[in-house]
Amino acid sequence: MERPLDRALGLKCRECGRGYPSSPIHVCEFCFGPLEVDYDYEAIRRRISRARIEAGPTSMWRYADLLPFDLAESGPPVGAAVGFTPLVRARNLADAWGVQELYLKNDSVSHPTWSFKDRVVSMAVAKALEFGFDTVACASTGNLANSVAAHAAEARLRSYVFIPADLESGKVIGTLVYEPTVVEVEGTYDEVNRLCAEIGDKYHWAFVNINLRPYYAEGSKTYGYEIAEQLGWRAPAHVVVPCAGGSLLTKIAKAFRELQDLGLIPEGRTAMHAAQAAGCGPIVTMIRNDTDVLRPVRPQTIAKSLAIGNPADGYYAYRAVKESGGHGEHATDEEIIEGMRLLARTEGIFTETAGGVTVAATRKLIESGRIPRDEPVVICITGNGLKTPDVLQDRLSRDVTIRPSLSAFDRALADLESKTVA
Amino acid sequence: MAVLVRIPTPLRSLTRGAAEVQADASNVQDLIDVLESQYPGLRDRLVENGGELRRFINIYINQEDIRFLQGASTTLKQGDEVSIVPAIAGGV
Repeated sequence: MERPLDRALGLKCRECGRGYPSSPIHVCEFCFGPLEVDYDYEAIRRRISRARIEAGPTSMWRYADLLPFDLAESGPPVGAAVGFTPLVRARNLADAWGVQELYLKNDSVSHPTWSFKDRVVSMAVAKALEFGFDTVACASTGNLANSVAAHAAEARLRSYVFIPADLESGKVIGTLVYEPTVVEVEGTYDEVNRLCAEIGDKYHWAFVNINLRPYYAEGSKTYGYEIAEQLGWRAPAHVVVPCAGGSLLTKIAKAFRELQDLGLIPEGRTAMHAAQAAGCGPIVTMIRNDTDVLRPVRPQTIAKSLAIGNPADGYYAYRAVKESGGHGEHATDEEIIEGMRLLARTEGIFTETAGGVTVAATRKLIESGRIPRDEPVVICITGNGLKTPDVLQDRLSRDVTIRPSLSAFDRALADLESKTVA
Repeated sequence: MAVLVRIPTPLRSLTRGAAEVQADASNVQDLIDVLESQYPGLRDRLVENGGELRRFINIYINQEDIRFLQGASTTLKQGDEVSIVPAIAGGV
């Protein structure tokens, strides 16, 4: 067996640079800045190569050299099959918009809970086991709840999941089935999150998005690595990313930067574009007003997985967009639904409301010329439509109901065809 | 006005380990000054050199983010509960 790669040096404050040993903490004691994993990139550079990655498992763990976790030969302790989701060439949607090269990075089929959250959670739960926790927890808008409960079941850990009480039933059922303790909080996600910060201070649990956040967030980088590898080891000119807390966008940008610095993909700039709902778009508002001061909002949107009015990584997402030459777009509820339907009828992919936001925002970015039609674009599809069918309930018409006889069908077909002609 | 202030873990080294402290203050700005006099060093941890609250700190009065109220000039009432909470990740 090969020697473990000594790559994660500990944690480092993103603001003041102060260092901390590797531990379940997330905030700099001195300036309150977020802590990040501090890597020894020279050590990584000596070991990593495209061939080594390509020979790895067909999961996010093929990038283990770039993650803060020492993988045993037997694989990760949890979430072994997470990641390496399809990057789909979207020719029909490209035709509809008149773009040359359009791709969908499709985490709506992520194993095991159909959203990109499986990446961050398997990373965080692996760390929770390493740190010796017996309980994992999270504050969630739904997808994270599903994933934490599922991975806790696999890891045989207890789990506490805190969600806003008004969540879509698909996401609640998709959490309850794993038998975690679900705490429905009468409030917005931002209120749930604030409560969890206080609970996390009192109970010594592994809150994946709080005290394990530095590790958790690194799992998102694998979404970016996969885009680059699946494009044939290059970064696209444009990526459109749905933003709630803003972390995914910053981690995709970081993934491309790392691959470039390690010589695994050619140098080049990827414009990072942010997609948010009009009813909860504080990051896009920062981008459009060109200010790094975040004004929290009270969310009002059907895209509940993006309904975070006080995004913790808003400032960094704003900076990543600005530094990359990207932009941002808001999508109204109507545009979100049309985005979901457009993706389904052109590409045969059913995404949740967040995906509707991203598709709608991409269309606007193309129409406004922010994304030129002759440059490669990747749209991030991060969640599955079967979790949020409620929004489409009264908007899709059923065509016909008949008795089980051939003549009944003949009449119905003639009727349907005459309607189509008309 | 006497208020209850919840102290997050990273600041408890300054409050001798206390998770909750009492303070008498008229508004948020005043509260920071009062906390500084009770627990020297606390102001620097909450406020930038220019006097603005640090970017990654959120302050809540009775569960409401002060940015939805009047920010640092929000007045305090007897019995208010003030929480100091670091920014937290979540969502996409």
